Amino acid sequence: MSLRIEPRTEQSRTLLYLTPLLAVALTVVCGFFIFLFMGYDPQASLYHFFVSPLLTLYGLSELAVKAGPLIMIAVGLALGFRAGIWNIGAEGQLTMGAIAGGGVALLFWEQQGAWILPLMALAGILGGMAYAAIPAFLKTKFDVNEILTSLMLTYVATLFLSILVYGPWRDPAGFNFPQSRMFSEWELLPIILEGTRLHLGFPIAVLIAIAAWVVLTKTVVGFELRVVGQAPQAAAYAGFHRNRVVWLCLLASGGLAGLAGLFEIAGPIGQLIPTLTPGYGFTAIIVAFLGRLHPIGIIFAGLMMALSYIGGENAQVEVGLPQAITGVFQGLLLFILLATDFLTRYRIRFTAPAREARPA
Amino acid sequence: MSLDAMVLILITVISAATPLLYAALGELVAERAGVLNLGVEGMMLAGAVTAFAVTVTTGSASLGIVAGAIAGAVLAFAFGVLTLSLLANQVATGLALTIFGIGLSALVGAGFVGIPVERLPRLAVPGVSDLPVLGPLLFGHDVLVYLGLLMTFGVAWFLKRTRGGMILRAVGESDVSAHSIGYDVIKVRYLAVLFGGLMAGLGGAFLSLSYTPMWVEEMTAGRGWIALALVVFASWRPWRVLLGAYLFGGVTILQLHAQGAGGLFGLPAQVLSMLPYLATILVLTIIAAGPWRGRLNAPASLGKPFRPAT
Amino acid sequence: MSEPAAAPARLELRGITKRFPGVIANSEVSFAVGPGEIHALLGENGAGKSTLVKIIYGVLHADEGELIWQGEPVRIADPKAARRLGIGMVFQHFSLFEAMTVLENVALGVDDVTDLGTLAAKIEQVSKAYGLPLDPRREVHTLSVGERQRIEIVRCLLQSPKLLIMDEPTSVLTPQEVERLFETLRILAQEGCSILYISHKLHEIKALCDRATILRGGKVVGTCDPKAETARSMAQQMIGAELRTPARRAGTVAGQARLAVRGLSLPAEGPFGTSLKDIGFEVRAGEIFGIAGVAGNGQAELFQALSGERPAATADAIRLDDRPVGRVGAGGRRAQGLCAVPEERNGHAAVPDMSLIDNVVLSARQRKALVTRGFILAGRARAFAETVIKAFDVRTPGPTAAARSLSGGNLQKFVVGREVLQAPAVLIAAQPTWGVDAGAAVAIHQALLDLAAGGAAILVISQDLDELLVLTDRLAVINGGALSPPLPTAGASLDQIGLLMGGLHGMAEHVPAHGSAVADVA
Repeated sequence: MSLRIEPRTEQSRTLLYLTPLLAVALTVVCGFFIFLFMGYDPQASLYHFFVSPLLTLYGLSELAVKAGPLIMIAVGLALGFRAGIWNIGAEGQLTMGAIAGGGVALLFWEQQGAWILPLMALAGILGGMAYAAIPAFLKTKFDVNEILTSLMLTYVATLFLSILVYGPWRDPAGFNFPQSRMFSEWELLPIILEGTRLHLGFPIAVLIAIAAWVVLTKTVVGFELRVVGQAPQAAAYAGFHRNRVVWLCLLASGGLAGLAGLFEIAGPIGQLIPTLTPGYGFTAIIVAFLGRLHPIGIIFAGLMMALSYIGGENAQVEVGLPQAITGVFQGLLLFILLATDFLTRYRIRFTAPAREARPA
Repeated sequence: MSLDAMVLILITVISAATPLLYAALGELVAERAGVLNLGVEGMMLAGAVTAFAVTVTTGSASLGIVAGAIAGAVLAFAFGVLTLSLLANQVATGLALTIFGIGLSALVGAGFVGIPVERLPRLAVPGVSDLPVLGPLLFGHDVLVYLGLLMTFGVAWFLKRTRGGMILRAVGESDVSAHSIGYDVIKVRYLAVLFGGLMAGLGGAFLSLSYTPMWVEEMTAGRGWIALALVVFASWRPWRVLLGAYLFGGVTILQLHAQGAGGLFGLPAQVLSMLPYLATILVLTIIAAGPWRGRLNAPASLGKPFRPAT
Repeated sequence: MSEPAAAPARLELRGITKRFPGVIANSEVSFAVGPGEIHALLGENGAGKSTLVKIIYGVLHADEGELIWQGEPVRIADPKAARRLGIGMVFQHFSLFEAMTVLENVALGVDDVTDLGTLAAKIEQVSKAYGLPLDPRREVHTLSVGERQRIEIVRCLLQSPKLLIMDEPTSVLTPQEVERLFETLRILAQEGCSILYISHKLHEIKALCDRATILRGGKVVGTCDPKAETARSMAQQMIGAELRTPARRAGTVAGQARLAVRGLSLPAEGPFGTSLKDIGFEVRAGEIFGIAGVAGNGQAELFQALSGERPAATADAIRLDDRPVGRVGAGGRRAQGLCAVPEERNGHAAVPDMSLIDNVVLSARQRKALVTRGFILAGRARAFAETVIKAFDVRTPGPTAAARSLSGGNLQKFVVGREVLQAPAVLIAAQPTWGVDAGAAVAIHQALLDLAAGGAAILVISQDLDELLVLTDRLAVINGGALSPPLPTAGASLDQIGLLMGGLHGMAEHVPAHGSAVADVA
């Protein structure tokens, strides 16, 4: 018997949707051995990581709280990844969205009116878009690699936020802590489930994902994105313009990241602080791939990755696992997923050994 | 500014440039073979934490350096398996490697935060090291600084003068042609990627054993990404990588000194911290927009997957 | 040396079989090549010729069968092993490295290089002896296609080969270059080197080869002495059926100029591109206009400029039915009646991983109204895809199959059908039958002739002179990005076209040097 690897003429649809589950399963298996190796009870650790957070209403609501921004960002990123545009600076765009929206909140602090929150949201979207416009401009005008520029801008955005909360925007009554004022009543997202932190962000994220699905599969714009990503020459032949797609993808992903940032500060955080998220902008890259760059898949992937955050925190409390284990799981999951991708494009066959031309 | 202060600044510039030099040289070799590995940041972190942990545990910095290089290479090997054997997308896999490296290094390093370690010893050549200006400038560094320079020379020589280097360039230029005249494209690429990992690991080891010297989570602070930009800046030529690394070392030290001196034009310290990142964007733009565009020397099959039929 | 000697054959193949997923490329192939023999391997596209020679050169490995080298069974593990035996190969798609020098390119294909200086001297020596002028210091991307082929040949000759494999060597050469290549090959054969010559061009094989093995569908269907056969008889064996020639419409109607190009210039894109220089011509209603030329002389750029993928500097440079469209993009030109068939099927004319339905949306969405208010009308798209499949006899499981699952000929029929059924005013077709089987080629030619008969203006850009001679009313030659004045096809001589293809200027430099070198050796 020998192993023979053959390319499939068409990508296997079934496996395309099965491999993410396979990757999750393999990651859990790896987790078992990592816990064992680190000297923790693997069963208890896995239980507190993956199961117990799902057993309470509060746990479930927290899952949605964390999944909301992940889904929102990942949907935007997936549009770009489909088109071969690698915006990996969503964390920076999220930060800039939060700064823009937070600026509006501070400007209208303690004012009343239902218009304030939509205005903040608009500012958040525009802030993220404006920041993503920089790599878009550099790529379309000078052909500068957007991977590097968008990532570099993330460091800059974080430093900019830090200037603000350590300086001009610091809460005058905050005992010199680096944070802004707490936002006032009309500047906070309404809670939709009493007794939890669940706000409007999650349902909006799901709606956005569904809208993105329609755009991607039913419209010419979605078709254009896919053609540009898969065959740039064919796109030019079809009369599609790569630069238009670059702008579209970066503005969409930047805007969604900005909105996610705004929802974080107008939701669970309620003010501007130096560190807004545990790296949602980067984790969303994993969410996008785990969801197969498919908006509906991303909803499930977002929930899965949200669980890795909550599970990490829970396992830290319950069995004393280090917080860093979350990052390892996330990286491992993406790694394994990319490896299992092979199965969707190639068929592995066990065959009788091929007879050689002839031994000399 | 006194001459001594200038010398001191130059020494720190060389020190700040060294991790970038290692990482960029390694990536240059991988890219000349046609492989784009965006996981430099992750491999550097793995190198940094491993070198630090091994040095603290065994007390031997030499062992630490070797372990750091190996750690980088192990991650690079994983990248190779995915992209070269399993034909995964190189961009996505590189990102995965970085995310994984950040997580793994944080996990491994959790027990080592705040522990001091002795800085790598500076080489001392009796008599010569005491010379004014030249002494400290030429002889006041640790072994990794010299190794970095030696590596620049070695990589340049290898690529330009040896048959192995010619084959590596051929593989990066056209994998199909190289395969059809009998070269094992996948093997060459594995070796190049592993070398990239070793070098990124060494760059990380230098950070945690000499530059800082301690372990802090995500202590590379984007240096892996800057190294990627340096390769483009250098248009895939080793000596220009050296130049670029010193340039960025200079920017880093400039902002550190400006902060130390109480800021520049009253700007907040964070504005100065932004400088290396903004400089990277600026440099990439100048390189892409300049009159020399179109002659950038990028390997023709960079980033493209290759699978030979048999 | 037309008769194989009594000594063992230089190379004998016994029952070589090679399978790829879903295809048997070679089945039980057996034949022998004698010392000093020029042996043709004849077959149409997809007959398995390239696979077979790659097995001989060790790039691929046979699933069954054996190779006998000078009487000894051998296993050829890789090209290095082949070279050790004395086998050299000149690839159809060259195995060269654009950004490297001639010297480095040769060194990479020679296994016992000690130092590059000596090698450079040897290159000059060999290239002189065989009339193949080459400068070792030049970078490959600065060379013409003919010069590139010389690198491959010199690379083989340096290792004094006993068997030289040439895979479709003339598809990129001008008629004069072909003649020179044949001279070199005859000299080599006289020196005792066997040559395995792969081609589907019958007149070349008649002119050059001592014996021919004919492949069809991966199997040997006959062996013959090409000099004793007619081109027609060999063609019938090769295709396995009576060759149908496209029905030519009676007389050409010289109608209105539907496509008029004037003063079209375009800078090169990228370091290896060609710039277009002041191109001008007209294609009239009912006319098929041909553009001949050696690959890499600006054909790709011309196609992009005409299809609208790269807009021209001025609107007036390109006029479509007397409307200026130079600044209009590909989508806009298509809406106004200009359709195009790019040379590369996978990735340019079609998106390989998308279904045939999606692939009609790609270029027919405007003219066939497959979208409304930004939404794709899936039903209409499927219906049009099915129409194309039916009308052009595209062999596929159905419209949902991915483009890349189709064979070259079938995908090309699909692409041509998709454009022709949009009833364009002007159709630009680049290499419309490149790499497709004879049946598909005839169908495609017929479709183009019918479209022209209906009053469309058709431009065919092709490196295949035979195709242009059959198909076109007038033709012009592109060389170095400039276009010659048009010639009526009926009155044009092969010599005349060939000289234009080589660029009269360039030929003047090389011909005397080469002529004398050959004379010296001979």
